[in-house]
Amino acid sequence: MERIANATVTALKAGPVYTILELCQPEMASDACPGQFLHIKCEGFSLRRPISIAGVTGDRLTLVFETKGGGTIWLSQRRPGDILDVLGPLGNGFPAESGPCLLVGGGVGVPPMRFCAQRFSGCDAVLAFRSSDRALLTEDMDALCGEAMVMTDDGSLGTKGFAAQGVAAMLAKKAYSAVFACGPKIMLKTTVEACRKAGVPCWVSLEERMGCGLGACLTCATPIRSEDGTTLMQEVCKDGPVFRGEEVIWDV
Amino acid sequence: MSDLRVNLAGLELRNPIVSASGTFGFGREYAAFYPLSRLGAVSAKGLTLLPRSGNMPPRIAETPSGMLNSVGLQNPGVEGFLREELPWLKEQGTKVIVNLSAGTVEEFGQMAEMLSVDGVDLLEVNISCPNVKCEGLAFGTRPETAQAATEAVKTHTHLPVMVKLSPNVTDITEIARAAEAGGADALSLINTLLGMRIDLNTRRPILKNNTGGLSGPAVLPVAVRCIHQVHQAVKLPILGMGGVMTGADAAELMMAGASAVAVGTAILTDPLAPVRILDELDRFCDDRGISEVRSLTGTLEVW
Repeated sequence: MERIANATVTALKAGPVYTILELCQPEMASDACPGQFLHIKCEGFSLRRPISIAGVTGDRLTLVFETKGGGTIWLSQRRPGDILDVLGPLGNGFPAESGPCLLVGGGVGVPPMRFCAQRFSGCDAVLAFRSSDRALLTEDMDALCGEAMVMTDDGSLGTKGFAAQGVAAMLAKKAYSAVFACGPKIMLKTTVEACRKAGVPCWVSLEERMGCGLGACLTCATPIRSEDGTTLMQEVCKDGPVFRGEEVIWDV
Repeated sequence: MSDLRVNLAGLELRNPIVSASGTFGFGREYAAFYPLSRLGAVSAKGLTLLPRSGNMPPRIAETPSGMLNSVGLQNPGVEGFLREELPWLKEQGTKVIVNLSAGTVEEFGQMAEMLSVDGVDLLEVNISCPNVKCEGLAFGTRPETAQAATEAVKTHTHLPVMVKLSPNVTDITEIARAAEAGGADALSLINTLLGMRIDLNTRRPILKNNTGGLSGPAVLPVAVRCIHQVHQAVKLPILGMGGVMTGADAAELMMAGASAVAVGTAILTDPLAPVRILDELDRFCDDRGISEVRSLTGTLEVW
């Protein structure tokens, strides 16, 4: 159930590209599912920042985000003991599958995959980054997954290539119940295509500029193909952020 | 605690705080946080005759002290609203304001007739949406069409009619007078201001619709000015809106001439904003020994 509450910063590590933030909020920690996000108020900014949950330990939630604009810079400058105004956990997460899943994370799309790896046993992963300096959570994923294949666009870390190539290689080696993916749109689109070819169901987590986070303001709508072939606008915050790969319309 | 009751076009509201259309859906999302009966009224998401899917994303962009939106009237249509939303909404113990947009005068009349049913307390005629082409705003920028749209709704309903005005005009009082001449029972203002933001890396507008409506604290002074001007120009009660984030902001719009105040963008940041603002307005009155909140309306004395 979503709620609005204060959360206490218990740890924070700001790197050159990403910030790792740990919050204490017992109710949200207990309710959170992989794929859900927290909507955090940043002082001086009109809109909250939606940040996916990277994991839960006891009453603590871990968030990992790219330190990119004003709001996330403010967030990266918090200190342990600071109080944040948090709304969440929001959205529909990834479904629980009976068999092993392949987790596909691209860049800042890796954090929700870490939460999946924590909750769903026997996962493998493909982690794709632009270059080695943008690599994220690779050690954690290596520890939580059976196999965690690291790839970079430029070959500066792991295998040179794009995520979908890694996905195709993994799907050829082993039978998975489903593929869960989060990352840039082009990576999601090519991953969905690789899954379609292999006949494996694929779920993707989408990102969109967002307002209320609750499904009321309709600003984060994205076109979704319904079963009867018509196009429906659905809210990334409430109907998503996780959608079936084949229902997403990529070229808006 | 002061007497918070106000009257808007003959409608007795428990208190002056209303959720602004477009920021509150049909209320379901917020009923999880507080009973909607805490609000004076709910102004539901703007309707069109037929369902509408709205504009392509991105539909929202942050701005200094505000935001742009270009949702483009995504809504389930009149029939969808009457079937799926109104039965629930009318049970929430608050007044229901239904906001409607149309492409023609005839369509305004048809919608007014369909929406004049049990559970709807007031019709808000949207002649000021900046995010749809050849509709809405076109009616609101010329006095003749504003009057015609108002007349069309008035002649097809027994409900009080409120006309929502755009600030994107040379003289807002001219449109206000036209709505009054068309038989409006109240006015609501301001709708959003037309704006644009550019992604500096791609040199493209952030919004897929290119332009969008500016709201949030940045527009509060524009709302104060417009409400003051309209209050001077016509005798109609005003539902004031535009960047209200605090109880003090609500009091300011009331002093400028508003009988009630809608809260919009504040809800996007803080789901609890309407009830917080109500509590703050109550305290504002207590601190100043104001026993009736309605006594604030139009008490501004200009230099």
